[in-house]
Amino acid sequence: MSVNWRNISLFAALFVALGMVWTFQSPTLALTIVNMGLISAIMALGVNMQWGYAGIFNVGIMGFTAVGGLAAVLISMPPVGAAWSAGAFGAILGLMIGAATIFAAVLVTRRMVPGWPRMLTLIAVLGVGWTLNRAVFVPAINAIEAVNPASEGYLGGLGLPVLLAWPVGALLAAGAAWMVGKIALGLRSDYLAIATLGISEILISVLRNETWLARGVKNVTGIPRPLPGPAEVRQQDWLPGLADTLGWSVNQTAQVVVQLGYATLFLIVLGLLIWLAEKALNSPWGRMMRAIRDNETAARAMGKDVTKRHLGIFVLGSATCGLAGAMMVTLDGQLVPTAYEPLRFTFLIWVMVIVGGSGNNWGSVLGGILIWFLWVQVEPAGRWLIDVATIWLGEDSALRAHLLGNAAHMRLLTMGLAMLLVLRFSPRGLIPER
Amino acid sequence: MSGPVLIGDAMTGGYGAADILHDCTIAVEKGQIAVIVGPNGAGKSTAMKAVFGMLNIREGQVRLNGRDITKLTPQARVAQGMAFVPQTSNIFPSLTVEENLEMGAFLRRDDFRTTMEQVFDLFPILRDKRRQAAGELSGGQRQQVAVGRALMTQPSVLMLDEPTAGVSPIVMDELFDRIIEVARTGISILMVEQNARQALEIADKGYVLVQGRNRFTDTGQALLADPEVRRSFLGG
Amino acid sequence: MDPINAFVLLANFVLVPALAYGSQLALGALGVTLVYGILRFSNFAHGDFMAFGTMVVILTTWVLQAAGIGLGVLPTALLALPVGIVALALYALAAEKLVFGFYRRQRVKPVVLVMASIGVMFVTNGIVRLIIGPGDQRFEDGGRFIFSVREFREWSGLAEGLALRTAQGITIVVALVVMVALFWFLNRTRTGKSMRAFSDNEDLALLSGINPDRVVRVTWILAAALAVVAGTLYGLDKGFRPFTYFQLLLPIFAAAIVGGLGNPMGAIAGGYLVAFSEMTITYAWRRFLGHLLPEGWTPEGLAQILSVDYKFAVSFAILVLVLIFRPTGLFRGKAV
Ligand SMILES: Nc1ncnc2c1ncn2[C@@H]1O[C@H](COP(=O)(O)OP(=O)(O)O)[C@@H](O)[C@H]1O
Ligand SMILES: [Mg+2]
Repeated sequence: MSVNWRNISLFAALFVALGMVWTFQSPTLALTIVNMGLISAIMALGVNMQWGYAGIFNVGIMGFTAVGGLAAVLISMPPVGAAWSAGAFGAILGLMIGAATIFAAVLVTRRMVPGWPRMLTLIAVLGVGWTLNRAVFVPAINAIEAVNPASEGYLGGLGLPVLLAWPVGALLAAGAAWMVGKIALGLRSDYLAIATLGISEILISVLRNETWLARGVKNVTGIPRPLPGPAEVRQQDWLPGLADTLGWSVNQTAQVVVQLGYATLFLIVLGLLIWLAEKALNSPWGRMMRAIRDNETAARAMGKDVTKRHLGIFVLGSATCGLAGAMMVTLDGQLVPTAYEPLRFTFLIWVMVIVGGSGNNWGSVLGGILIWFLWVQVEPAGRWLIDVATIWLGEDSALRAHLLGNAAHMRLLTMGLAMLLVLRFSPRGLIPER
Repeated sequence: MSGPVLIGDAMTGGYGAADILHDCTIAVEKGQIAVIVGPNGAGKSTAMKAVFGMLNIREGQVRLNGRDITKLTPQARVAQGMAFVPQTSNIFPSLTVEENLEMGAFLRRDDFRTTMEQVFDLFPILRDKRRQAAGELSGGQRQQVAVGRALMTQPSVLMLDEPTAGVSPIVMDELFDRIIEVARTGISILMVEQNARQALEIADKGYVLVQGRNRFTDTGQALLADPEVRRSFLGG
Repeated sequence: MDPINAFVLLANFVLVPALAYGSQLALGALGVTLVYGILRFSNFAHGDFMAFGTMVVILTTWVLQAAGIGLGVLPTALLALPVGIVALALYALAAEKLVFGFYRRQRVKPVVLVMASIGVMFVTNGIVRLIIGPGDQRFEDGGRFIFSVREFREWSGLAEGLALRTAQGITIVVALVVMVALFWFLNRTRTGKSMRAFSDNEDLALLSGINPDRVVRVTWILAAALAVVAGTLYGLDKGFRPFTYFQLLLPIFAAAIVGGLGNPMGAIAGGYLVAFSEMTITYAWRRFLGHLLPEGWTPEGLAQILSVDYKFAVSFAILVLVLIFRPTGLFRGKAV
């Protein structure tokens, strides 16, 4: 039981740190950190399923979260009627032609014997498919993008409640993961890493460039909220009383109430996931997964279909990341494709998993919130550090100004160092696997 | 000078927690051929690795010319005049035959061309294939490359782990002849062999290892004559 | 029908740029493949190593420019190259000493080393952005063109023009020199041969008395030199931006894997293959077809297979095809 106390005190320390932010900086900042921290924890949980349970090395997390975020747009935004009538048919037909082409190409590769005839058939199939696709697809998306381009210019969504986007985001990410996994699982771990890195860059490119889909770099803003916003909360008659009791302004109180609402929502999801993950980990299935991770050869010899098992957990973990991605876009209320950067959305999550303790779900949660906390707080700390370290250069030194201007990048340095130090001196992380 | 050139004396140890070798002794005298035989998994390869310092032994000693070398790294033992041809992956497949031999002489700073000529004289086929990647050669030729590589340091003791594994009977006879030839030049040979009968025939000293222990130790001829050895290990 | 103009057009927009880009990728992939062959892991920090080395080259270039030292028509960066190489080599050796060496001696699974390389990538990325910032930097100077489109048109009298920028010309020449030197080193010198031996069979290399630490050190120095050259050439050609260098990881790894990880010849072939595929697939073929097809047959669209925004998809597609059909790469690498 002593281990448990240790863990509880770790979480308590984190709680105290957040409390200090609440008191000395601001309650809203503390809650901002908590909310994004909870989402990060879910992403870390997803990665931990893949890495901690099964030893699968996924560096395409960014892509899967972005796909989840796309779901928020596709589900909740109102459909753009004019765009649908202008080009939806062509766009969908074009996509279907594309899918059929790929399917046909796969069939050709599978069914025909290797050699020149196969190669030529393949090229012919791809060429015809591509030409058809262009002929149908391009005019359609041009028509869509021409519809009120300043605020629309895309198909819009289904106008359904945004919370529905969360499971759908998970599904979309699962689909993408299934395709990558089919190709790259079963090969060396490095190959899977490169393949996932590639697919995530491609998914982001799609998000940025397919304007008809989600407005690309023009961003989708004003995504419907699952909870009332600060403006509505302010209208409540109990609010001024609460603000008075707390001694805060009405604005701040309203904001804190809204943020707490989101925190509750996220906590419910996280709790549910943890519960499921713990149950799975301690089930025969979880034991089998760890057995495979620890000795793949032996597991194979015992007749386990390792690749299939890996595919399953890879899809599950990626779906979890997709879920978190949808939650994040819901929290932000907007989809900003240019904001997706691998260092932030892939590698930072890895730091969370490693620091938290790979193989342990609670470790991922701790790592997720803690690292996010540091990510936010290191920037001012880094600026202060550079400020102090370069004081001797004098107030108006150009070098000093330059370094201060770039201080934000201290966080990359710090995160890398944290990861390397934990990997070296405490490879099992803060909360080790049991 | 009396006493063996190389001796692994009362070695006990293994790869991890469990011991593979138990109080196992193997030795070779100057210019002689010592052969280790025994069933699969008996620990023959392990004993060779122990003698060459590739695994830690808990008890016992390895002595070269009477000097205790138990603590030396394999590289240091190479520098001391020992050479080892492992049982598997004993060549550099993508390097040419000539480069394989050069790598054998890596520690030598003097001109090793005469040694290379000697190796080519010993294995003439290698001279013809000197520019070919070693990985492309046949099994017997690879073994020749492996032995040749080990000879490049001009060792005083040559250790061979199953040099005839996987080669045809004719090539095997040929290899045995070459090994005898090497021994005649004064190099002591410590060798593990699957083909126990033939190996013991050329052996000055034979060791029968079972489950990491010395079961029989005698001259090659005596072991061949021993009815119990014949029954259990030589197939009658 | 006008095949000569069609060819000139193609050369100007596809062949020459792809040759330059392919050389840069090949140099990058050589570094990756060397590290893979000897140290047996995929170094995710390689892109940021390139950025680090190039940053030093840029800073040195600025200092040289301020001091009025230059190479005339050639870019000053060439003069700064050795400084960058030394700096990155020291940096990589420090990383080996502080990070990689520890895991190597433990003989951990490769994936742990990959993980460590991600930590190093983070740190390197932070350092580069802290020092030079995340923005674009141009440091090309000297003559801009070896010959320009206008000069070519006047010389040849053709309708289409062909330009060869200094950066492109230098890239091709330098890459060729570096590759020849590297192969000479690997195939002809004692140290080079010992590296290949080590890559072939580590245990036997140890038994032969090859010093693993020395092999590893030389590998890092070579990888660093290749990374700086690749990064500087890329920067001269297309401009420097830290994030772009990180993104180069994908085509570089695609090139190395296509050729067969651990196989230097394969890395070079892979680099050009990826570059030419990327260029041909993202090139708008309309004008080219216009020259070749009969009057009135010119296609209406751009006749572009993929927009340039999806150039990563090309690397990825090549990667996927190789993984499906020939996981060890075209030139039979070490990985399975
Ligand atoms: N690298 C190793 N790690 C752990 N155990 C090993 C290793 N190599 C061999 N063994 C074990 O040591 C025992 C002896 O093996 P070995 O010396 O190769 O036998 P032999 O060469 O006589 O056939 C066997 O039980 C084998 O399973
Ligand atoms: Mg054996």
